[in-house]
Amino acid sequence: MIKIEDVHKRFGEEEILKGITTVFEKGKTNLIIGQSGSGKSVMLKCLIGLFKPEQGKIYYGDEAIQDMDDERQRKLREEMGMLFQGGALFDSMNIEENVMFPLRMFTKMKKPEMLARVNEVLKRVNLEGVNKKYTAEISGGMQKRVSIARAIVNKPKYLFCDEPNSGLDPKTATLIDTLIQEITHEYDITTIVVTHDMNSVMEIGEKVMLLKNGKLVWQGTNQEIFKTDNEDVTSFVYSSDLFKKIRDVQLKENKA
Amino acid sequence: MKYLHDIGSYFLMLKKVFASFTKTSVLKHMIFKDINDLIISSLGIVAFISFFVGGVVSIQTALNMDNPIVPDSLIGFATRQSVILEFAPTFISIIMAGKVGSFITSSIGSMRVTEQIDALEVMGINSLNYLVFPKIVALMFYPFVIVLSMFLGVFGGWVAAVYGGFSSSADFIAGVQEDFIPYQLFYAFFKTFIFAFILATVPSWQGYYMKGGSLEVGKASTNSFVWTSVLIIAANYIITQLLLSA
Repeated sequence: MIKIEDVHKRFGEEEILKGITTVFEKGKTNLIIGQSGSGKSVMLKCLIGLFKPEQGKIYYGDEAIQDMDDERQRKLREEMGMLFQGGALFDSMNIEENVMFPLRMFTKMKKPEMLARVNEVLKRVNLEGVNKKYTAEISGGMQKRVSIARAIVNKPKYLFCDEPNSGLDPKTATLIDTLIQEITHEYDITTIVVTHDMNSVMEIGEKVMLLKNGKLVWQGTNQEIFKTDNEDVTSFVYSSDLFKKIRDVQLKENKA
Repeated sequence: MKYLHDIGSYFLMLKKVFASFTKTSVLKHMIFKDINDLIISSLGIVAFISFFVGGVVSIQTALNMDNPIVPDSLIGFATRQSVILEFAPTFISIIMAGKVGSFITSSIGSMRVTEQIDALEVMGINSLNYLVFPKIVALMFYPFVIVLSMFLGVFGGWVAAVYGGFSSSADFIAGVQEDFIPYQLFYAFFKTFIFAFILATVPSWQGYYMKGGSLEVGKASTNSFVWTSVLIIAANYIITQLLLSA
């Protein structure tokens, strides 16, 4: 579980996060949604420690990240897996070396053990037989799956995903979403996904948080998001023509 | 003010490079990779340039000697002095600022743009130590490149002088051996080490702290070449003043 209390983040004069308080639950996919510029990515970077909030606390379990010394923070980061928007795979390494990287860095495993674990996670993300290929030789969807494999290879407690299905076709995006949710349940980890994709919200949003102008304006489940009267939620959800049409059809059906 | 900020960030980077070391086995692999990328892959161009520039120095010296009482051995002497004192350590370092410096900046800059550096940081890895320290170690082998450059420069001078009919082989070799001062080799290699450190760290700094996309990677590579060259020239002047004019 990750808990954040009254987190503020500024860049110069501009305040990006304006006092956010919430809890990200263990064993669930927690989605942070919002328009571009709402502060989603900044919040994610605060959570993983790339940005330091000026005010507020971020708790991993009972311990606030701000109170940890450098060594403890480094240890904590070993427990994190991160899926970046562009994959962030090391292009000088092949797929096998990319996935093996956290094991080489943080474990005392021997090469055959590492290889077995790499093959296990690559199989888990439905990628077999690509070990020796380089990132430039595989598709965007495959790169995302390799990135998921790298994120989970060292059995993390926390999984962070930044726009995991941006730039992917709808079918591959659904595959990635499903994979993230399955892994969250299978490993019983705290997963936080930053997205603006309403399909992801519908499919995997066990807990959904809506950010607007750096403030948390709504939180609930993916079932509740379509029932709420909250104006911020409705204006975000129904900004998509598809969802607007679905709502109109539902309203017609209800009247009939 | 921006210059002060840049100087400060460069020295802060150096402090972070030597803090929180990456696992030795991983660093060893990176060091060998960087020796290959930065040192071995530069040998060809250094050999080519050194041989021909040595030859040109030799021909130029011969053509400008119109006094009959000046001995032919001066060609060998002038070639040796030019190559060992300036051409090999300084001129080759400027070329390396273009070749190696741009490579370092663009490779680290691309990693910044594609969030690979963020990925390292999230994993709890000191990305500066992981990326820059192996380059500093690899470039400590740079004096071997300069030794090769010195040898081929003088050899190129000998080939040009002897086969161009400007001097006999014996005269050229006598000139190369004339008034040899070993301290000048110390001076040449001392500044080579300083240039190697500049070559490893300035382009890394430019790449690591760049902001923007692929266009900015190109701009950072250009800046890297300019700043590395300026620092090499400035350091060359200061070292020469301190070590030779005292």
